[in-house]
Amino acid sequence: MAELISQFPLIAALIALVSLGAIFGAVLGFAAIKFKTEGDPIADQILELLPQTQCGQCGHPGCRPYAEAIAGGEDINKCPPGGEATIQALADLLDVEAMPLDEEHGEEKVKAIAYIREDECIGCTKCIQACPVDAILGAAKQMHTVIVSECTGCDLCVEPCPVDCIDMIPQEETLQTWHWNLPDPTSRDIDIIATDATQGQAA
Amino acid sequence: MLADYSILLIGAILVNNFVLVQFLGLCPFMGVSNKLETAMGMSMATTFVLTLASACSHLTYNFLLQPLGLEYLKTISFILVIAVVVQFTEMVVRKSSPLLYRVLGVYLPLITTNCAVLGVALLNINKDHNFLQSLFYGFGAAVGFSLVLVLFAAMRERLNVADVPVPFKGAAIGMVTAGFMSLAFMGFAGLV
Repeated sequence: MAELISQFPLIAALIALVSLGAIFGAVLGFAAIKFKTEGDPIADQILELLPQTQCGQCGHPGCRPYAEAIAGGEDINKCPPGGEATIQALADLLDVEAMPLDEEHGEEKVKAIAYIREDECIGCTKCIQACPVDAILGAAKQMHTVIVSECTGCDLCVEPCPVDCIDMIPQEETLQTWHWNLPDPTSRDIDIIATDATQGQAA
Repeated sequence: MLADYSILLIGAILVNNFVLVQFLGLCPFMGVSNKLETAMGMSMATTFVLTLASACSHLTYNFLLQPLGLEYLKTISFILVIAVVVQFTEMVVRKSSPLLYRVLGVYLPLITTNCAVLGVALLNINKDHNFLQSLFYGFGAAVGFSLVLVLFAAMRERLNVADVPVPFKGAAIGMVTAGFMSLAFMGFAGLV
């Protein structure tokens, strides 16, 4: 070996570099299998923008399956609870044109929460089974009621109720729920908050 | 012993700051300093990779290149080492800590092209550092880089709303600011 190096330094260098590359390649290949991660990071980002009502109005069983479908190329305008704001945010994230909400999947409504008229409730538990976020409390032949802070206003409990005792009550803005509108990033003249949205300054 | 290492650290962080005194890693310094938040992410990723790459390249040099008498291949080998360390780190972080992965995000792969990383590896060889010294020197360089990057990003956020004359807006005033920072860091010369 020592003889080879002293006689053919060029070949020794070649061998050293190639074997270094091969070892590193093997390490990375091993790591790619060993540390393989499931899931799609872009789907996670999309999921964060969706309203988490789990209502299924988009035709998917929940928000995560719809996020994965969008990541796979489905249209972004199938989420009525999210409305225009969500479509706009998705369009920004995915760098596509924003499109109007697809009427087929329902229209945008003001946020409402379910209210059970308790003296009419017969305790059939059908709405409990329908609720995607477990916001309805109750037991068989007992009166049910809605946990207001958990209800996402998805309407799914209205349909199965045999005595139609569930109302969707639009939520009025109270001092607790009111908040400032977010600043519109497209209509400002100067950058109030530093951003890298304006390109070409220093990159 | 302890004094030696603390001098090495302070020297790398302040006196011989890699960005402002040795002018290495200027590309991320100008490019990723628009927002404080991204500067933080970049700093953390760089600290991680610089320390690790510094140690790995030391091992490669002393246990592979030197015994074979191939010292002249150090630059290309170090580039290889750095690329692998970055890729490997990305995979491990992605698996083990999705939160950290999200914070570091796109900055992790970007570090491959940060010349401070290669600079530290080569300087370690030039200065005949042993393994522990290399590790500390790499860490110190990374902390210095982070410090300066975060300071600079905080300043640029303010500069964005400051009343800067039009021809100086953007990158120009950034360069001027970087120059002043560099002058300020000259004040540390002679500290150790």
